[in-house]
Amino acid sequence: MQEPFILILAGMALVTYLTRVLPLLTLTEMRLPPLLLRWLSFIPVAVLGALLGPELLLEGGKLNFSIGNHHLLAALPSFIAAVKTRSLLWTVVAGMGAVVLLRSL
Amino acid sequence: MVQLTAREAFGAGVRQAVPIMFGYGPIGVAYGVLARQAGLTLAQTVAMSIFVYAGSSQFIAAGMLGAGAGFLPIVSTTLLVNLRHLLMSAALSPHLGGLRRSFLALFAFHITDETFALHSANLDRGPAHPWLLLGINLASYGTWVLSSLLGGLFGSILPDPARLGLDFALPAMFIALLVVQLKGPVHMLVGGAAGALSVVIALLLPGNWNVVLASILAAGLGLVVSTCKSRSS
Repeated sequence: MQEPFILILAGMALVTYLTRVLPLLTLTEMRLPPLLLRWLSFIPVAVLGALLGPELLLEGGKLNFSIGNHHLLAALPSFIAAVKTRSLLWTVVAGMGAVVLLRSL
Repeated sequence: MVQLTAREAFGAGVRQAVPIMFGYGPIGVAYGVLARQAGLTLAQTVAMSIFVYAGSSQFIAAGMLGAGAGFLPIVSTTLLVNLRHLLMSAALSPHLGGLRRSFLALFAFHITDETFALHSANLDRGPAHPWLLLGINLASYGTWVLSSLLGGLFGSILPDPARLGLDFALPAMFIALLVVQLKGPVHMLVGGAAGALSVVIALLLPGNWNVVLASILAAGLGLVVSTCKSRSS
């Protein structure tokens, strides 16, 4: 027997919100040890790398290093645009443009 | 630093969120289509976007609901998939000390992979205007809710987003945000290691463990290497 949708939704909403709010509300009040602060300072770069790796290298759950991997190829012009312009918008334009171009070949 | 009015800061936040909106639009539509196919009503489909607001866990939950799974398996899977928020929320906390708790409680609801990436890039440069952060959050949230409504309503008659390259909007944004936050060799090492570990873990472990585990390990590597460097110099 499946519980009513509204109950399942409430459970999902609650656990998801707790993962987002608990560290923020508790840690902002505390003085954190310097080592923990330094570890946390690496988290943004680490999360970005961890999100990007599979986006660029995996296709359908498998490694794809081939020339047919459009996301991997489009990462190069995006990276160059990011280094040259340091602009979010131009990087995204370069990346999406490259993907459209590759797909039309 | 130039003082922005609340309205200007909010507008700047919305503009910064444009890549997120490009990315969320098609994914939200895809979620709406899938949730309806799994048997959810339109109201249920949109309610999940409004109250849960977490992409991957919504896809998974819609599938599980359709397959007849119950409260415990669905809620515990949701918790597992969203554990990575703990890490992101913790990483933002040192930068948000001066803000009201009611603001933090609202702000926290809108932490996603993508808004976190923008927030940490902004806060890396110093304190940010609260309305800038809210602008980023509300533009992203609004796009997610609206696009899941569109997907639930119109489903498969919408054009294929891959033809417009929209599937690359979020990866390209991650590249831009990564580049501006690479402040030296240790950061490059951490970013590269996280990417490689994440791929390996995704290949080896089922579930969505790769982002959490790879981030914890790579940040730990950064801590060790930076500590060794400062000891030796």
